[in-house]
Amino acid sequence: MTDQTALQYTEEHEWIRVDGDIATIGITDYAAEKLGDVVYVDLPAAGSTVTAGTVIGEIESTKSVGELFAPVDGEIVEANQAVVDSPELVNSDPFGEGWLIKVSTTSLPKLLSHDEYRALTGE
Amino acid sequence: MTERLSPLDGVHRAAGASFTDFAGWQMPVRYSSDLAEHHAVRNAAGIFDLSHMGEIVLIGPESAAALDFALAGKLSAIEIGQAKYSLLLAEDGGIIDDLVVYRTGDDRYMVVANASNREVVADELRARAGGFDTNVFDESDDVALIAVQGPASREILLATPGFTIESGHPDGEDVPEALASLRYYRAIAGAFRGEPTLIARTGYTGEDGFELYVAPEHATALWEALTEAGAAHALVPAGLASRDTLRLEAGMPLYGHELNRDILPVQAGLGRVVALSKEGDFVGRAAIEHGPAADAPVLVGLAAEGRRAGRAGYEVFDGDGADAARVGVVTSGALSPTLGHPIAMAFVAPDAAETGRELYLDVRGTRVPASVVALPFYKRNA
Repeated sequence: MTDQTALQYTEEHEWIRVDGDIATIGITDYAAEKLGDVVYVDLPAAGSTVTAGTVIGEIESTKSVGELFAPVDGEIVEANQAVVDSPELVNSDPFGEGWLIKVSTTSLPKLLSHDEYRALTGE
Repeated sequence: MTERLSPLDGVHRAAGASFTDFAGWQMPVRYSSDLAEHHAVRNAAGIFDLSHMGEIVLIGPESAAALDFALAGKLSAIEIGQAKYSLLLAEDGGIIDDLVVYRTGDDRYMVVANASNREVVADELRARAGGFDTNVFDESDDVALIAVQGPASREILLATPGFTIESGHPDGEDVPEALASLRYYRAIAGAFRGEPTLIARTGYTGEDGFELYVAPEHATALWEALTEAGAAHALVPAGLASRDTLRLEAGMPLYGHELNRDILPVQAGLGRVVALSKEGDFVGRAAIEHGPAADAPVLVGLAAEGRRAGRAGYEVFDGDGADAARVGVVTSGALSPTLGHPIAMAFVAPDAAETGRELYLDVRGTRVPASVVALPFYKRNA
C-alpha cells in the first residue's frame, strides 16, 4: 500500500511523489471514483516537454472525460504502458499500479499536503 | 431547489452508492463499477431505483378519448393490461416528452413521464383533457418504481416470496403462471405482501425485465426481498451510469439528448409512434402531417474503432481534412461495454445518413472515423 500521507497533491486531483529529480504523477482515488470506470488513457510520449498547468493527457470513463494536467515543468521520462493497456488500474490502484507518468523536473510549484487535499475533497 | 431523495435513499447509502443529481433528485449513479453493473444486466440481472420518474393517472369514462387527443398514439386501442410507448407533442410537432402509457382499467390509464418533465406533462395533460370527462392526477409522489432487468429477471421475481395477483390465489400459487404468460409491454395488477403493485414487463435496457410500481413506504421491503432472492441469480444493484450505456446500446432515445422540442418524431426514427390514421384531431397532427423540412437532420447510429468515444455535443464531419463540412452533432456516445468499440447516436444531414456512410467525429480536435450503422447497436437473442 502506498502511504498517501507521503504524497503531495494538486487541486486538479492529481498526486505527486518526488524521488530526487523524478516526479511520479497519478490521479487520486477521489478523482477515479468521480470518473467511474476508466476505459481509455491517453498519455504524453517519453521525451516530450511539458509545462505546468497545461493539459497533457486524457482519462476517459464510460461517463465522462477527465483531463490530465502537468503539475510541474519538465520532461516525460516514462508513461505507464500498463495503464494504457489496462485502464482499469486507475480505478483499482490509483496510488500504485495506476500511476500515469514520471517527469524529470528541477522545480516544484506549491503543492497540497495530504491533509490540505483531504480538506479540499471534504473527506 | 432542495434535492429530492428517493424512498430507497437509505438502502442506496447502506449499499455504498455514489450519487448524482438527476432532474433535482439525488439518485445512485453507480454502486461499485458501472461496467460491472452493465455486464450484470446483460448476463444476469440488475436492480434499479427509478422512483424519480413521474406517474400521472387519468380516471374517467373519457380517459381513452382524452389521451387520443393529448398524445401521438392511439391509446384507446390498447387493452387493459397493455402498455404503449408514446409521445407528448407540442402544436408544432416538437417532442415535449416521451412516455410509457399503461391501461390499468376500462376508464383509467397511468402515464409514466421523465422526471425532468413530470410537471409539464401533468400540466399539458390537465389542459388537453379539459374538454373530456376524465380527471388527471399527478401521483408521482405516491409511487415508487423498481426495475429488475436482465435475462435472470423472471427467475428472480419467481424466487421472491410475497407476490400475489389481484383477484388471484391468496397465497400466490398462480404467480408463476401469470409471470410466465406476461408478454413484453404488458402489466398485471398484483400485490407484494398485500400492498398493491403493478407488475410490468417493460424496461429501458434492451433486456427482458420487469418494472414494479409500488407505494413509497413499501419500496424498501420490496427492494430488499428482490435483492435477497436475486443473490443466487447474480443480481446486483445498478445505477444510472449503467442504465445510460445499456439504453444507448439498445438504441433507445433519452429525452434531452435524442428528443427535444425542436425535433419531430420522424427525425428521431419515431414516425411509427405517431398514429396519423387515428380518427379526430390530436395535438401536433397538422405539423406532423406537414413534416419537417427536407434538409432537417435525422438520427443515426455511428460505430467507430478504437476506444475514444464521441460524446454528446461533439461535431460530426464528412471528412478528416480542413475542408470537410460539418454534417451533424452527437447526442449520446460511449465506449460500448458490450461491443467493445465506441458507439454514438447523432443527428446528421439527410444526405449523410445513409447506412455505411463514413463520417468523422471530432473528438477534442482529433477526427475519428465512424460508420453510419442501423440502430439498435445491440439486440438480445430472443
